[in-house]
Amino acid sequence: MVGTNKRARQAAPHRRASVISVLGELLITAGVFVFLFLGWQLWLNDLVLGAEQQDEALSLSEQLGAAAETTEPAPEGAEPGEPVITLASAENERFATIFIPRFGADYARTVAEGISPSTVLKDNIGHYPGSQMPGEIGNFAVAGHRTTWGAPFNQIATLELGDKIYVQTADGWYTYVYRSSEYVLPTGTGVIAPVPQAPNVAPTDRIMTMTSCNPMLSDAERIIAYAVFESWQPASAGAPAELAQSGA
Amino acid sequence: MYGALWRILPGPWWVRLFLLLMLIAAVLAACLYFVFPWLNGFINVTDVTVDG
Repeated sequence: MVGTNKRARQAAPHRRASVISVLGELLITAGVFVFLFLGWQLWLNDLVLGAEQQDEALSLSEQLGAAAETTEPAPEGAEPGEPVITLASAENERFATIFIPRFGADYARTVAEGISPSTVLKDNIGHYPGSQMPGEIGNFAVAGHRTTWGAPFNQIATLELGDKIYVQTADGWYTYVYRSSEYVLPTGTGVIAPVPQAPNVAPTDRIMTMTSCNPMLSDAERIIAYAVFESWQPASAGAPAELAQSGA
Repeated sequence: MYGALWRILPGPWWVRLFLLLMLIAAVLAACLYFVFPWLNGFINVTDVTVDG
């Protein structure tokens, strides 16, 4: 049976591929290509970029810590007190790292000045120019991708009341505590005001605002997460206890 | 098209299969390292910022 089949196949002349069959195979190939691209863009590339961004954040964190050792040490036993405010950076310059244990015990990302998608946000969390610096009275406002480009804020919707957000600059560690979220339209600039949603009020609190896209894979809306300042410790005091334990 | 490719490849079936798998791997690698990153530049980035 098999033998006759084989002989029959060898005997039969190969039919020329018809235009339709070539077209069909091309279309199937194109379909597979699209799915491969989506898998790469939405999953594989995020894993690769996320790991790269994490490595860069950890090495920046080390640099910031090393820079602190060369500056004047904090007075022995002194209360940290008023946070030292880092000077604003030049556009696209990395000046801080953010650690959010809720996003993963080893989660770390760099913060750079500016919110340009093509230069800053493609591999950093971006700091809204003109918004306050970490620890400053007012609003430390940042933006990050929720999907693609390493997706630093992929899990922004999983934050829970009381979650710590640690920001490290060359001057020290600023601890914020997650307070609430809201959803706004892309035009909702009130969320990055010194007092969020109250543009004309003079600030008295130290707020941090994170913005990302909502729903995932769309930019019809923005998801906003607010955190309030809790404490500060100078760089010489080292990382906050929770991070020191996880080895960051 | 793919039938023609199979016939063009030399050797017994297992050599053809091996060559085919190598070809697929090469195409996939070219996609991952060159084509997809290049293509990604043309895809609109979802905006994550608020602005007026």
